[in-house]
Amino acid sequence: MEKLFLSEFPELSRETLRFIKKGFDTSYRAFSREYGDTIEAVFDPVLYFLVWFEKLLQNSPWPLVLICFLAVIYFGSRKISVTIGSLFAFLLIGIFGMWEDTMSTVSIIGVCTLLSIGIGIPVGVLMAKSERAQRICTPILDVMQTMPSFVYLIPVVMLLGIGKIPGLLAVVIYAIPPIIRLTNLGIREVDSEVLEAADAFGANPRQKLFQIQLPLALPTIFAGINQTIMMALAMVVIASMIGVKGLGQPVLKAITNQYFAMGLFNGLAIVALAIIFDRVSQSFGHRIQQHRSGARE
Amino acid sequence: MSEIKIQIKNLYKIFGKNPKSALEQVKDGVNKDELLEKYNHVLGLKDINLDIKEKSIQVVMGLSGSGKSTLIRHINRLIEPTDGSVVVDDEDVLKMNDENLRNFRRTKTAMVFQRFALLPHKTVLENTMFGLNIQNIDEKEANTKARRWIDRVGLSGYEEKYPQHLSGGMQQRVGLARALTNDGEILLMDEAFSALDPLIRKDMQDILLELQDELHKTVVFITHDLDEALKIGDRIAILKDGIMDQEGIPADILLSPKTQYVKDFVEDVNRARVIKAKHIMSTINGQDISNAMVVNQDDFIDRFIDKVISEKPNCIIVKDKQDKNVGYLSSTRLAEILKR
Repeated sequence: MEKLFLSEFPELSRETLRFIKKGFDTSYRAFSREYGDTIEAVFDPVLYFLVWFEKLLQNSPWPLVLICFLAVIYFGSRKISVTIGSLFAFLLIGIFGMWEDTMSTVSIIGVCTLLSIGIGIPVGVLMAKSERAQRICTPILDVMQTMPSFVYLIPVVMLLGIGKIPGLLAVVIYAIPPIIRLTNLGIREVDSEVLEAADAFGANPRQKLFQIQLPLALPTIFAGINQTIMMALAMVVIASMIGVKGLGQPVLKAITNQYFAMGLFNGLAIVALAIIFDRVSQSFGHRIQQHRSGARE
Repeated sequence: MSEIKIQIKNLYKIFGKNPKSALEQVKDGVNKDELLEKYNHVLGLKDINLDIKEKSIQVVMGLSGSGKSTLIRHINRLIEPTDGSVVVDDEDVLKMNDENLRNFRRTKTAMVFQRFALLPHKTVLENTMFGLNIQNIDEKEANTKARRWIDRVGLSGYEEKYPQHLSGGMQQRVGLARALTNDGEILLMDEAFSALDPLIRKDMQDILLELQDELHKTVVFITHDLDEALKIGDRIAILKDGIMDQEGIPADILLSPKTQYVKDFVEDVNRARVIKAKHIMSTINGQDISNAMVVNQDDFIDRFIDKVISEKPNCIIVKDKQDKNVGYLSSTRLAEILKR
């Protein structure tokens, strides 16, 4: 008996385990039946916006969309090389028949990034201001970043079904931690002497936040935004498993049917998007930093 | 003579987990080392009493760790004291609520920091306007004021530069302009010139004295440099280990140091440059004043010492600004003062 106890871990009986799991699942199912519609309704505005944005990108004449993209890229990066590189990348994407899927992906990445910024920066600020918020948020962020994404896809799909919104949620959950963490870090790194000076001149907490902490944290926050975009792009394939349209779906199809070329083309399109997003957001972030450090002209 | 602007009374500051209980120990006579060793609290300030006169420059001097920076931060309550009171213009700073304290800091005080503490993302002009922006003062008015002070500290033409473009001395001019633009009656300077090169430091001291002649602010000036203290201060307070050793006019501190610490401090000072005729004169009562040399009461000794040596007068008569004889100075007395 003693030997058996040591060699085998004393686990719960099969019965008990099944009971626990089943209880958990049924109660969650009951919850999602009860509140699923309400929660879905909450996300309706986001869904409308997402659909509108996607349609806008897909239905506008492609040269117009391309010109708009290039304008944004140029004003973001202020680099001719990046702009021309992007032009070729988009032309190739179009020629290889991936324009429409790319527009879907751009729209969902765009909306996810906006949502992440909109939620992430305030949460990061809160974490920087309160030790308790930091203690609560840090483990949650750890879970969000390490939990395999398929695991949290299950409850999301159970709750909201298959479609754009669950995909969007999955992407945001995966992509939001860096911007929260880096906003927190950026604000905490602001020189305490500068803050003391602000106090000495009678700045209130709001003025300190908007005139000193956020502007000085901006380069760090931008590094977070860059990370967030990259992680959102990395999620497009997984998100396509629950019905998000875009470049992820052909990749998924290629995996299941062993279409190597198709997977490669779409994969490369994702890579191209990633590089463009990265270069633009990085050089934009860099420009703010130069401004901050007052680089000699 | 002049009114008391800032009154610091029985001020204690103890750093640690439970300062209130440590305060009892300190009041019972536990000293700094014992407090740290036995009770694990750091004594910042102990029973500081200081009256700072309006429109004068009060220097607080001490070595690092003496509590001087802690003391100046109590005046605008960047640090909360453990016990005691700080009264500015009959109002207890420590009893103000957040809103009143902010207003007090905005309108009454301005501070200059040792390491400048400029806002790196704002230009010189924006930095200078910072205090006024905080008060939501009209942009145009703030701009005009800021430009005037930038000009006064000699930084015209640098308005659009960022602090990183500037040398340390120039950055501290921005710090000074920022404080002056705020136009508070009290100017708190925390080792404002300590980080600067000697020559630039001298420049800045001269700028400060020149401005003070015209602005008559109440200045609290922290320094660890005795020469600076003697040059700038109307009065000097000497801090050691959180305790105030001596407070008085520079000449008193030089001529009659109260503790060994102060004595060691003032030992190597060139007295001729610091002591004025009025500090060492005695009253006239019937001395022989024939063949006397006349000096002004505000002259430093080194202004007339050469003349004394070459002319060898019997005695020296000290006159005030109205040309009235106010005192008398014998050569023996003069020699005695300068001997050490």
